Amino acid sequence: MARVILDFEKPIIELEQKIAEMRSYSDNLDIAEEINKLEAKVDQVRRTVYSNLTRWQRVQLARHPDRPYTLDYIRLITTDFTELHGDRHFADDKAIVAGFGRIDKEAVLIVGHQKGRDTKSNIERNFGMPNPEGYRKALRLMQLAVKFRKPIITLLDTPGAYPGIGAEERGQAEAIARNLLEMSHLPVPIIVVIIGEGASGGALGIGVGDRILMFENAWYSVIAPESCSSILWRSWEYKEQAAEALKLTAEDLKEQGIVDRIVPEPMGGAHRDPEKAAQTLKAILLEELRALKKVKPEKLVQERIAKFSAMGSWKE
Amino acid sequence: MAWFRRSKENISTSVPKKDIPDGMWTKCGGCGEIIHRKLLEQNLFTCPKCNYHFRIGSKEYFGILLDAGSFREMDRKMRAVDVLGFTDTKPYKNRIDDSIRKTGLNDAVRTGEGAVEGVPVVIACMDFSFIGGSMGSVVGEKIARATETARKKEKPLIVISSSGGARMMEGALSLMQMAKMSARLAQLSDAGIPYISILTDPTTGGVTASFAMLGDIHIAEPSALIGFAGPRVIRQTIGKDLPAGFQRSEFLLEKGFVDMIVHRKELKSTLARVLNLLGS
Repeated sequence: MARVILDFEKPIIELEQKIAEMRSYSDNLDIAEEINKLEAKVDQVRRTVYSNLTRWQRVQLARHPDRPYTLDYIRLITTDFTELHGDRHFADDKAIVAGFGRIDKEAVLIVGHQKGRDTKSNIERNFGMPNPEGYRKALRLMQLAVKFRKPIITLLDTPGAYPGIGAEERGQAEAIARNLLEMSHLPVPIIVVIIGEGASGGALGIGVGDRILMFENAWYSVIAPESCSSILWRSWEYKEQAAEALKLTAEDLKEQGIVDRIVPEPMGGAHRDPEKAAQTLKAILLEELRALKKVKPEKLVQERIAKFSAMGSWKE
Repeated sequence: MAWFRRSKENISTSVPKKDIPDGMWTKCGGCGEIIHRKLLEQNLFTCPKCNYHFRIGSKEYFGILLDAGSFREMDRKMRAVDVLGFTDTKPYKNRIDDSIRKTGLNDAVRTGEGAVEGVPVVIACMDFSFIGGSMGSVVGEKIARATETARKKEKPLIVISSSGGARMMEGALSLMQMAKMSARLAQLSDAGIPYISILTDPTTGGVTASFAMLGDIHIAEPSALIGFAGPRVIRQTIGKDLPAGFQRSEFLLEKGFVDMIVHRKELKSTLARVLNLLGS
């Protein structure tokens, strides 16, 4: 598959390629100084580009096809991962994966949206858009985690719950609503991580927890910028403005009191160094788990409900 | 006959259609029957000929369902705040002010305490006329508080939904209201207090995907549009026309997502019967 390069990544990647090229024949020539100069330049370009990302550019990074997905993080941070399938009522939804595994010594349940990387796998994964059975599988396994007193980690990365005839027939809304209600009082620690796209109810459907973490270049909002543009501006053309207006980045959400902690990404985004992104996440997860495991289950639930109850803004 | 054919477009009025017209005569949205306002009111805003249910608001529902003089409104003055500084074709702030002026309401839900045939209840009713019944922080907070009141006072909770979904102009904060209300409903459920969800036309998006679908009992009005995604979005996604009756109350009853469909004229007596059956 051809490498996908976003517009604003271009100058950086071109310079990087040039450096690599020069290195390949630097054995014969003395151009070390030149290479150093170029490296300093690429460093500076990187800093300028990535410290001035617009919200829409972050949305593009969050959707980058090379960005690590749920199964990548699972592969990079767990051992003994055992995927479990099916909602026991209708089907197994491949847009949500779930199973038990270990992070260091800690056995946990991991539930996450899963996108595909090419056309074939995207069709299999339905582009990461779950049907009701996906949410019901997630709930079934979360209840299993409660039964065996295992903490739950959910990884959010979806363009939305699937809007289809079958999804409506089988109660997409009910499946999401049920998860919101049940997750709010499950007596085990729940850590939610927005790893890529957090689009609306389809993301929140596995997104209620004690700690909400968010990757630096992920987005999370009530609607995708394109859809927002099409409804409010009656055209798809205003996606950049919509992204700005929605205030949907990790920093924005931290300011709004929704996200507890931002997971820093390697320079250029998680797709430039998935291993490093995964190790950063692992360290943070272990730290948060240690703290949450000390809290009694009843208190955990109380605090979780209080946390979500405090969200919002109004005057009276 | 060509002489009489209109060569230009039909004349259209620039005045938007109103949910409840001010005039003396109203045309039924179902069968086209012309109905006198008095008769419409007597019929609780349903068509005497075809049973079409006109869209009505909290004022009418409280009048229909609650015993006369029993209603005590809560959090009446709560208003939305433009926390994101959101502007699309119009600043959100202006949208709020205009809606307040136009509807005489402060936001898209009203809550309070009252009685249904003598049974004390906590009740919330959405108003579609206020920015499409959209759910932002005010709707979230008022319903969460109503749920808390129901739990603390041990009174059944009734919520009448009518909404296009979450309010985009409050971004992720409006999304979080779904979690907030659902968490409060979990506590109400754990306390063993009944919650009856009444779904009216239309109930879609984040409202359906949270409190509207979490009732112990779901009552729908006839032919109400109820769903997660709107029909237009689904049509665009699948590129096909939708089957007749798709996402209507009757469809949801068939698929097992509502307990019953009740005509507005029987809503109060049905509610009272159910509350008495579930009450102690």
